[in-house]
Amino acid sequence: MTAIINVQNVSKSFGGVVANHDVSLTVKPGTITGLIGPNGSGKTTLFNSIVGYHPIDSGSIQFEDEEISRLPVQQIARRGMLRTFQQTRIYGEMNGVENMLISLPHRKMSIWDALKRNTSEDYERADHLLEFVGLYEKRKLKSGDLSFGQQKLLEFAMALMNEPTCLLLDEPTAGINPTLINGLIDRLKLANSEFGITLFVIEHNMRVIMNLAESIYCLAHGELLAQGTPDEIQNDQNVIDAYLGAH
Amino acid sequence: MAKKKIILYALILAFTFIAPFAFPNFGTQLATLWLMIIVALTWDMTGGQMGYNSLGNIFFYGTGMYVAALISIGRVYDIGDYTSAAGGGIYEFTDVQYFSGVFLGVLGAGVFCSISAVIIGYVTFGLRGPYFAIGTLGVAIAAGELVSNWDWVGGGQGISLPGYPGDPDTGKVFFYFLFAAVGVSVFVFVKWLYETRFGAAINAIRDDEEKAEAMGIHTLRYKLITWSMAAFFVGMAGGISAFQLLHFEPLETAYQTIFLGIFMVVCVLLGGKGTLWGPVIGAILFHLFKEVTWNYFLGWQWVALGALIVVTVVYFQDGVMGWLVHKRPEWFGIQVEDKIAGETE
Repeated sequence: MTAIINVQNVSKSFGGVVANHDVSLTVKPGTITGLIGPNGSGKTTLFNSIVGYHPIDSGSIQFEDEEISRLPVQQIARRGMLRTFQQTRIYGEMNGVENMLISLPHRKMSIWDALKRNTSEDYERADHLLEFVGLYEKRKLKSGDLSFGQQKLLEFAMALMNEPTCLLLDEPTAGINPTLINGLIDRLKLANSEFGITLFVIEHNMRVIMNLAESIYCLAHGELLAQGTPDEIQNDQNVIDAYLGAH
Repeated sequence: MAKKKIILYALILAFTFIAPFAFPNFGTQLATLWLMIIVALTWDMTGGQMGYNSLGNIFFYGTGMYVAALISIGRVYDIGDYTSAAGGGIYEFTDVQYFSGVFLGVLGAGVFCSISAVIIGYVTFGLRGPYFAIGTLGVAIAAGELVSNWDWVGGGQGISLPGYPGDPDTGKVFFYFLFAAVGVSVFVFVKWLYETRFGAAINAIRDDEEKAEAMGIHTLRYKLITWSMAAFFVGMAGGISAFQLLHFEPLETAYQTIFLGIFMVVCVLLGGKGTLWGPVIGAILFHLFKEVTWNYFLGWQWVALGALIVVTVVYFQDGVMGWLVHKRPEWFGIQVEDKIAGETE
């Protein structure tokens, strides 16, 4: 398997607005891949297409060599590909630990397993991952009362709790206190190296993505503009133009 | 704390056993109270815990009545002959036929309703929010109309069942204990269920179904199982009601959407949605309210009921338990931000 996610010639329009046009990219297993682009360039649309939120107009999307472009969200999630949301989605009425326990991988459970109580190992894992993202002290608080940045960290911990093989992160550092960003970069790298999770990350913060990703794709106006290592992207004239508005 | 809880449960159980003998004049009232508790607790399984407000749970009550009646009759006589004679007292049941009919009928009603919930749910769980409520209401109304035009099961006349063989007062106690047994079972069952991973998953569906889907939870499967479990108990309650009432007809008794179908929702709202005790407390309060207004303010009882619904929905949305959780979060083990304020990230 050379690519865990293989997007080929994907197009998606909403009415007259072409959000993605003929986009092809691959994410290699075990790597951290970045996706950048100016506002409105179609990054989130591409994410939504990959995880099955809406059908694509044409093209093909494969996950672990199987076509998934026609599958609904739940079925894709059950194959082990998860996403976090740009606008965080956590269960605001529950506390941190409960949020974590809900995120146990139900796809690996039979109905009889689901009808059991959470084991002490489940609680330990929840506490461990909350510690990992730095929310251990706040674990008993109602999650809706946490700050936006903390909710993002919680959502990240919940995704890890779900033991995905591949995780799509939509702007993980947006809204996070700049002093915490370095810590978050380390944690993302650790999630990749220690838990072996393939990461595919949308990010606006150039410093973050250049530090994090091994290879980067850049979208502009719904089309793939450039691809390469962080160095290549930083020196690509097309990318610079797109960000400065020359395109 | 645990010891206190055990004593509390023991007291409630003891009261359950003593009540029909201590208050013999209220035997039927107490049985109805248990019926209210059953339908409220089961309504809360989907409405409170899973976020799917069904107005069609009364379908399972009505269907349970018919299934139980038809099973107990069908084992002894031809159903068409029996219903065309409109019961009429032509047919007799021996004690053994009666009691085995009640037992198998009530159980069969539960199983049948459980299966129909899966089938109806498969169609209606695609609907969200108010659409689900109206969709399920439609199912209940349509079922009532269909059955009332189906002569084989008695049509609009309904079905008459044999009375309890023996002393009618013993009969009252018998039905009281049938309802109480189902009621206690429902309570023990949901108390266990809400503490499992399954319980957490249906709460996740309630709070953010899209997120639950995105996390790979089998949302449709869990929704179907939950409703099917609720329908099992409601169906049994309907079956018991059929034998208790002796005669029932489709629109006003069995598929009584505007009576019990709404009462169960009001009970839960009054007591507190999504809590273990809320439906029980709500059912007791509502039953008291209903009996008082129906007895002392006859003619105004629907006005009073409407006023209760309006006041609950407008000023008291979280119900008794929700209000308590808000006022005394520490009783429920909820930690509030200001208690640990001062800690940094």
